Amino acid sequence: MNIYLDLFLTFAKVGVCTFGGGYAMLPILQREVVEKKGWATDEELTDYFAVGQCTPGIIAVNTATFIGYKHKGVPGGVLTTLGVVFPSLVIITAIAAFLSNFADIPVVQHALAGINAAVVALIAASVLKLGRSTLKNGAAIAIFLCVLALAAAGSLANFGTGTLGQVLDLLTSPAVLIVLAGAAGFLLYGRKKGGAGK
Amino acid sequence: MIFLQLFFEFARVGLFAVGGGLATIPFLQDMGARTGWFTNADLTTMIAVSESTPGPMGVNMATYVGFQTGSLAGGPLGGAAGAVLATLGLITPSIIIIIVIAGFLQKFRQSKTVDAVFQGLRPASTALIAAAGLSVALSVLFAVGGTAEHTFAVHWPALILSVAVFVCMRYTPLKKLHPVAFIAAAAMIGAVLQF
Repeated sequence: MNIYLDLFLTFAKVGVCTFGGGYAMLPILQREVVEKKGWATDEELTDYFAVGQCTPGIIAVNTATFIGYKHKGVPGGVLTTLGVVFPSLVIITAIAAFLSNFADIPVVQHALAGINAAVVALIAASVLKLGRSTLKNGAAIAIFLCVLALAAAGSLANFGTGTLGQVLDLLTSPAVLIVLAGAAGFLLYGRKKGGAGK
Repeated sequence: MIFLQLFFEFARVGLFAVGGGLATIPFLQDMGARTGWFTNADLTTMIAVSESTPGPMGVNMATYVGFQTGSLAGGPLGGAAGAVLATLGLITPSIIIIIVIAGFLQKFRQSKTVDAVFQGLRPASTALIAAAGLSVALSVLFAVGGTAEHTFAVHWPALILSVAVFVCMRYTPLKKLHPVAFIAAAAMIGAVLQF
């Protein structure tokens, strides 16, 4: 198959299999892009999510652009991105035109509750797979635990609207955590001779 | 010209919303208030539809808002045009910015500094994905973090299904199945057993 067509269709498949936010596409990306096509590694996926997390735009779109560009330059980046949004265009347009009460249909709500339970398990399995390649030494595990604790606190706790609350809100926001982790990486490995050994 | 305006309004969302699809919601609230295209109640419906259909949520939101707004001006055909333009608007800033960053990273791939920074980013990125999974898990399996505050209720059917899917895809020959097979099966189980 023509590689450009393949890029478009593969990402259209990723789009149609994703339910929820950008993270829900991770298990599908691992299967389609890492295992089947070999267009990226697990490590590269975490890189793209990290960059996507602190650059403008939603993560799902940013990740698609990244993989397409890496593989086939600008046309690749454009095609994967168009691919990942294509199913939404078709499905949402059809639903908005013909089924405006779609989300209120009981069977849809029950099916979605089932899907969400499966997505939780899929993301958990994906994180375990990623961890095998990204958490190889003590420093990496320390960064992982710090960021996990701060991010979880940020999404669960309500820090209030005072000055301290605002500082805590900022400190636990994903973009700031990514920047801090990058700085930690630089301090830990950047100045050692020979860089970070693998 | 409402269609051109849709494109630029969503390009703004694409430029300023940082993170997952939920990050677009405050921008959409602001858009509705400024343009009068949709109310907050409309937006709630749009979020519900975006969450319950395939496709990344942020993209679904753009398509849905674009369709509703476009169809006010030009019927179903206008709706389709609005959906396409809003979606293209949302993705255009990402395409440009990510291509610039990816080009930069490719050029400095050999750099020890860039490598060191990514050594720090990878565990953090893994942790953020884990945290996002955790908050979905808490709301889906334990009803924590939803609209009702300070509630804790175990959703037994969801919890059992979730554990079953996890065990199947890690420890049984079913792990060779495509992830979407589990999603489809879970949708049917949810629909039949009325989750």
